[in-house]
Amino acid sequence: MKFGIVTFPGSNCDYDAFHAVTEILGEQAVYLWHKDHDLQNADVIVLPGGFSYGDYLRAGAIARFSPIMQEVAAHAKAGAPVLGVCNGFQILCEAQLLPGALMRNAALQFVSAAVRIRVENADTLFTNLYQPGELLRIPVAHGDGRYFAPPAALDALEAEGRVIFRYADAGGRTSADANPNGSERNIAGIISEHGNVLGMMPHPERACSLLLGSDDGVRLLESILSRVAA
Amino acid sequence: MSRFRLAVRIVPRKGLLDPQGKAVSDALHTLGFESVESVHVGRYIVIEATANDALSAGESAKEMCRKLLANPVTEDFEVESAVPA
Repeated sequence: MKFGIVTFPGSNCDYDAFHAVTEILGEQAVYLWHKDHDLQNADVIVLPGGFSYGDYLRAGAIARFSPIMQEVAAHAKAGAPVLGVCNGFQILCEAQLLPGALMRNAALQFVSAAVRIRVENADTLFTNLYQPGELLRIPVAHGDGRYFAPPAALDALEAEGRVIFRYADAGGRTSADANPNGSERNIAGIISEHGNVLGMMPHPERACSLLLGSDDGVRLLESILSRVAA
Repeated sequence: MSRFRLAVRIVPRKGLLDPQGKAVSDALHTLGFESVESVHVGRYIVIEATANDALSAGESAKEMCRKLLANPVTEDFEVESAVPA
């Protein structure tokens, strides 16, 4: 399987994503330059973390108009997998491929920490190798990660099983203390209506080796393989 | 076609949590501005562009806000002025 990792000016997790796909997963990966219009026949598109366009205006606001995003949107609309991590999640929201917005962290501080997230829906393209309710240890590193959507939109996401990850404490409770950024209802990741576009603030590609503290992110990538290959 | 100077103001939507405004408000209190009740921090954007007239210049500024300058989920905008540059 071929992963296409988009590099915007200011992306900084593209190498980590490339490493996770090629070295840990053992699959093929290519970098896709944001000014190109060619996805190079990639099966899975990854929008990596970073600070595309210096977060000017709003995080992700300018990247969504990069030429490659037209192809990424077409890929998503055709039902093919798109994974947006951190800045990638922000870009997906700005591009309206996912609902809501990522706002400045409630405490105004940049948060860089290993957090716990709870798997809310284990029957998706991205989470089928996890157990429902399983707690994962995955790092976050962001200043604008507070997920916001109007209450009716949040209710709809929950009713449709589209909240995929929530910040939780060691006991699995989605307490305010476990919420690193003030996200509505502790939401850490959501999926599109048709289940092929996932946006999440935590970085699974940085949790792919016990040497780095956690390998809980590996099964997210393997989940995609198991569904798409099957 | 003439040149216009467009000024748009973008503010966080009322009622949404605005930690930046809260931090500035707290700092103003610390400085002794006890009369401050609330603060909201937004953006002020000045654009120079050509248009047939002020009306169409203003309309295109609104379109810019809807498409890029403001986030429809969290922000409101207002075209403050569209005047000959």
